[in-house]
Amino acid sequence: MAGQTLYDKLWQDHLVKSREDGTALIYIDRHLIHEVTSPQAFEGLRLAGRKPWRRDSLVATPDHNVPSETAERAAGVAGIRDEISRIQVQTLDENCKSFDVVQFGINEPGQGIVHVIGPETGATMPGMTVVCGDSHTSTHGALGALAHGIGTSEVEHVMATQCLIQKKMKNMLVRVDGELGPGVTAKDVVLAIIGKIGTAGGTGYAIEFGGSAIRGLSMEGRMTICNMAIEAGARAGMVAVDQVTLDYVKDKPYAPKGSQWDAAVENWSRLHSDDDAVFDAVVELRAEEIEPQVSWGTSPEMVAPVSALVPDPAKEADAGKRTGVERALEYMGLDAGQKITDIKLDRVFIGSCTNSRIEDLRAAAAVAKGRRKADSVKQVLVVPGSQSVKAQAEKEGLHSVFIDAGFEWREPSCSMCLAMNADKLGAGEHCASTSNRNFEGRQGYGGRTHLVSPGMAAAAAIAGNFVDVREMADAGESA
Amino acid sequence: MKAFTQHKGLAAPMDRANVDTDLIIPKQFLKSIKRTGFGPNLFDELRYLDEGQPGQDNSARPLNPEFPLNFPRYNGASVLLARDNFGCGSSREHAPWALDDYGFRAVIAPSFADIFYNNCFKNGLLPIALDEQVVDQLFEEMYAQEGYELTIDLEKQQVIKPNGETIDFEVDEFRKHCLLNGLDDIGLTLEDADAIRAYEARRREQAPWLFDSVK
Ligand code: SF4
Repeated sequence: MAGQTLYDKLWQDHLVKSREDGTALIYIDRHLIHEVTSPQAFEGLRLAGRKPWRRDSLVATPDHNVPSETAERAAGVAGIRDEISRIQVQTLDENCKSFDVVQFGINEPGQGIVHVIGPETGATMPGMTVVCGDSHTSTHGALGALAHGIGTSEVEHVMATQCLIQKKMKNMLVRVDGELGPGVTAKDVVLAIIGKIGTAGGTGYAIEFGGSAIRGLSMEGRMTICNMAIEAGARAGMVAVDQVTLDYVKDKPYAPKGSQWDAAVENWSRLHSDDDAVFDAVVELRAEEIEPQVSWGTSPEMVAPVSALVPDPAKEADAGKRTGVERALEYMGLDAGQKITDIKLDRVFIGSCTNSRIEDLRAAAAVAKGRRKADSVKQVLVVPGSQSVKAQAEKEGLHSVFIDAGFEWREPSCSMCLAMNADKLGAGEHCASTSNRNFEGRQGYGGRTHLVSPGMAAAAAIAGNFVDVREMADAGESA
Repeated sequence: MKAFTQHKGLAAPMDRANVDTDLIIPKQFLKSIKRTGFGPNLFDELRYLDEGQPGQDNSARPLNPEFPLNFPRYNGASVLLARDNFGCGSSREHAPWALDDYGFRAVIAPSFADIFYNNCFKNGLLPIALDEQVVDQLFEEMYAQEGYELTIDLEKQQVIKPNGETIDFEVDEFRKHCLLNGLDDIGLTLEDADAIRAYEARRREQAPWLFDSVK
């Protein structure tokens, strides 16, 4: 019999019951909660007179609606100016109290974007099943966990039963071998992968990211990659457990300690695909061929190397794709064949669950150090992913580097990733953003998003247009 | 949950690929803590010419005359014809809530994004995946014929065209069962409470650290 993939093993470990109709009950170890997708689920429990099955599996934090602006933030929940946002955050507070759920509140040390605080506290760990009413839950797969986003009805279902009704997905391996060039980061790798397989390429699959280039990445880098698995259509992305994983997890506040740690490490040592495992699909990329990437369109698959030109729809053979490209160029206000490096930026956003970890901020600071943002750029937001990232960055003096460069140093939140708080693009404005979605209106009504790595975003802020970060001296030490 | 057995209704187009859930219901409306009331803001950025805000009187807003759902001929539509990868992006269940609230009972497309597809079934909304050529054909016929109505029979797993022609579709046994009977799947899962407890007891032995509580 063929060996098992990492996904097969995680599935097997959590299988409560296979049903005759091909679905299964999968046990959920960790359930992360935020304010946007949980109120209706708590309400459902209340109406049915149900309680969470295992309240200690739940961890909540507000992130989407909380202000990033320091003065507004200082007054806590009561100080949130937008009334509807405030009610949503208050509702989370109340629900956590009445259902006795652990919450890292708005200005508490553990607060941050759910997908940043999970790994950094050890609330999410290797070998776990993790869910959250948020599609970027795939991030936690970087730890060697089975993690995916669910809808609000499923949030309620998991709260009430500790299980998810699932059909097993197919296995896909995305292998990136070789060595990444200097200045080329995990973000560029995952954008290149999505450019290759398309936004629906991973639909129905769990993707394992492997190969020497992936193994060579830090945990932060692996999280960036798994985070965007959903942008390739896959609900779950994952990376095998290795020494890098163990070194990262050890001593995290909620990681097992002492003899429990040893037992856990032994248990986790099997969390990789067997040599003879069979995948339903395999995609291969060479690391050396990947350049810094910039998205030019309104879907993450509409991406190109920074040295490239904006594509010409006339050269697209498929009629459906041609209209897609035409519509995207019109929305983005770009001309076919123009240089990517000629795109001028109005705003720059460095943050989001894709790229707001300490390593991301270091990469951006390495570029910004001793430089100033271009006058033509109206605003550069740097929004750390969590209170702990913020504290670490301040300890290293990164915030001063940003402030000296004319960037704004903000409070942990989702911020301009989806513009539910006050941080938004104006209509027609171009933004170099380290987030994960360039959909129409995502960062503000009529806004135009270009997805890039933190180094590329900082470089664009300095130059006022896209530049190859590798051409800026001092950049590229931190990949 | 609302049951779905048979439905006959007017078809309307959402004629572009990769319609994401941000486009189905923009983020400013996600601040609601309710499940209802999203219909007037379905496809908000395409439907209106201005930027919508939660709590606003939508009837006073300028409609985009070029957006098909604003055409009188599609008034009262309840079957949405769509293209590839419909519902991609964010997991927001507000997307099926908005479609449902607007009055749609079914969405027909060549393919759907996983989370969206799953979310539909929890809300009595039926997503039907058909071959691309078949969907092309439906689009053509709908454009050609005003008042084009489709009948959907979930029991028989068939879409029935105005001329009586039938198209078979696939649907998962379990999902079909729940939808036909309007079953609450939490109740069903709780029938397996013993199996869940047995699993927990076993797992606690193998991996006790998974049961430590946080904070
Ligand atoms: S940072 Fe963006 S993608 Fe991540 S959870 Fe927040 S809104 Fe979602």
